[in-house]
Amino acid sequence: MSQAHPGYDGAVLHDAKAEFDAKDKAMIKAHLAFAYISLGLGAIAGLLQALERTGMVISLPLGTGYYQLLTLHGVLLGLVFTTLFIIGFLHSGIVKTLGGAYSNAERRVAWVGFYMMLIGVIMAGLMILTNQATVLYTFYAPLHASPWFYIGSALLIVGSWVSGVAIFMSYGRWKKANPGKPAPLFSFMSVATMILWIIATLGVAVEVLFQLIPWSFGWVPRIDVELSRTFFWYFGHPLVYFWLLPAYIYWYVNIPRIIKGKIFSDSLPRLTFILFILYSIPVGFHHQLMEPGIGYFWKFLQVILTFFVVIPSLLTAFTILATFELAGRSLGAKGRFGWVRKMPWGDVRFLAPVVGMLFFIPGGAGGIINASYQMNQVVHNTLWVTGHFHMTLATTVILTFFGISYWLIPALTNRILTPVANRLGILQTVIWSLGMLLMSVPMHITGILGEPRRTAYTTYGNAPLAEIWRPYRAMMAMGGTLLFIGIVIFLGIAIYLWYFAPKAAQSIEYPIGEVNDKAPAPPPILERWSLWVAITFALVLIAYTVPIVGMFMNPSPGSPPLRTW
Amino acid sequence: MKIDLPRYEKIWITFGIGTLAAFLIIIGVMAFTMDLHPPGDNRTIIPEAISITPPFDKPGLYPSGSRNYKAAIVAKTFTFLPTEMRIPAGSTVHFEVTSPDVVHGLMIPGTNVNMLVVPGRITQFTYTFKHKGNYYLICNEYCGSGHQLMASRLIVE
Repeated sequence: MSQAHPGYDGAVLHDAKAEFDAKDKAMIKAHLAFAYISLGLGAIAGLLQALERTGMVISLPLGTGYYQLLTLHGVLLGLVFTTLFIIGFLHSGIVKTLGGAYSNAERRVAWVGFYMMLIGVIMAGLMILTNQATVLYTFYAPLHASPWFYIGSALLIVGSWVSGVAIFMSYGRWKKANPGKPAPLFSFMSVATMILWIIATLGVAVEVLFQLIPWSFGWVPRIDVELSRTFFWYFGHPLVYFWLLPAYIYWYVNIPRIIKGKIFSDSLPRLTFILFILYSIPVGFHHQLMEPGIGYFWKFLQVILTFFVVIPSLLTAFTILATFELAGRSLGAKGRFGWVRKMPWGDVRFLAPVVGMLFFIPGGAGGIINASYQMNQVVHNTLWVTGHFHMTLATTVILTFFGISYWLIPALTNRILTPVANRLGILQTVIWSLGMLLMSVPMHITGILGEPRRTAYTTYGNAPLAEIWRPYRAMMAMGGTLLFIGIVIFLGIAIYLWYFAPKAAQSIEYPIGEVNDKAPAPPPILERWSLWVAITFALVLIAYTVPIVGMFMNPSPGSPPLRTW
Repeated sequence: MKIDLPRYEKIWITFGIGTLAAFLIIIGVMAFTMDLHPPGDNRTIIPEAISITPPFDKPGLYPSGSRNYKAAIVAKTFTFLPTEMRIPAGSTVHFEVTSPDVVHGLMIPGTNVNMLVVPGRITQFTYTFKHKGNYYLICNEYCGSGHQLMASRLIVE
């Protein structure tokens, strides 16, 4: 293994002041601990439901139903783990790049957000565990969960907005102290991510606060199902970009430091994030292509806008690879591909996210298929879709989050990522990748062969159709088991880094890349948030006004609450 | 706005945007000149009144010409009505589906029939079954504890 890289054994800065403020540390650690506990519980639910649906285990422990476990798995991993980890990571980078510590007021706001999310998750979780909210993480009406499930979800959302306020306050304080200067890249991207998140969650907040809660308490008798689905999917697609953008932050800002390179450009990454704000929101209809109540023209318009959101990912692919190549060449690489060998493949903080990037190539291509209007008929609500988001969220994003954890925990606990922990991390990355290949590739195939998603084990009365799925189901069960082992190893490393790894003599570095000296300063217009938010709302109005007005002009009679589980 | 975009990146982005545009033009031409649209409809219906609203009061196949049928289907927890349908090969079936209770899906594996069924609304889609065989209508949206049992048969003879 090359010693030239600031890898697991070199990540020590000789500057004691680089350490986090103790109070900020406690706040960030609380977010991460909450995230990792959700990850562990969600993985247990994931293993059990994977074994149930593939026919390997028929009766589940404690009489829990398949759909109850699936709800738990989706809520804990899709909504709770991601949100808490992301907000903890953003807080850490904001503190790091905007002056070293939150003000007392900012930190108090961050704690308020944390506790709102904690209380919300406990409420919603108790309802799921007591089988009063077996409605999956999409909670489509008229499936009627306990009102406390919806209130808990609302607290999680509103709590995350409060966390965003802490980030905005810190950013505002820095801008006031540094007039005219472009904000550090990490903070710019964090602000962009939270702006996207808040605009996106407005949709689900409207659904939960104005439709689901009054209806679930019985204050209003009926709910317009199509309207509620439209509000949900206004949020449901940008949700995936809320997961992806923090991974992009790591790729753009932190990895250049880990590979001893420079950030290739200071403007392109900012432009990329602006494009995500603009184009990830007015696209929810591509999740609703198969349903009534929305005109063809509007469905197609949102398909076009969905394709636009591929562009910032194409920009990212180029920029990240260019960063790698330039770093390799500056370390003396020769020839066209010599730079590949200069990359720190033996450093898990690099390897895990890069494997994630590779998975994003087929993952992204699958996403284009999903969004392709008629082609969606072949895959809609089949296991293909489950395979798709496990290949994107659960591989690209989660491997990146693993990579972040392997230095963020040491930076917070001032412990060392030892060579053994690094090697275990590499093993964990390999197991995770194999598990995901074994699970998500067969999911894509059986999806095409007609196996529906979110469905318990079934053979439809020994139908020949289900017989074709059998070998793929066995592979999925093996993949799911490997993934569970991967989570156990990850949590083992996390606990080790948190409590047991040797203490570092000096502060552990929080890797923040420097911008290439030749890169011109970013144009100030990129930080005119009011402009971008206004354009976003204009696009949302164009894409949604007519269809939503149509739903009000030609309303469905609505549905009373039903409990079918 | 001046952004430092190197030459190779310009080529890459032009190629990428060009590819996306080609995809969009192809699916757009298919949609708007060949009328290949996904399912939809704008009609509404009272979920509790399905059993007294034609044609859903009598779910089944209604011939509407030579090898042409309208299929009125009720998707309810946890079955499709009718539970079995028979048509000759080469028949075109115009599906009209609704739900008296929660959201369901109606998918026929091996075909492009894939519809989301929303209570209070009707979903329609037309498909021609060219090949003989036993087809299954299966629910592909979670609808409750018996969701995995929700299936019926379409026999093409």
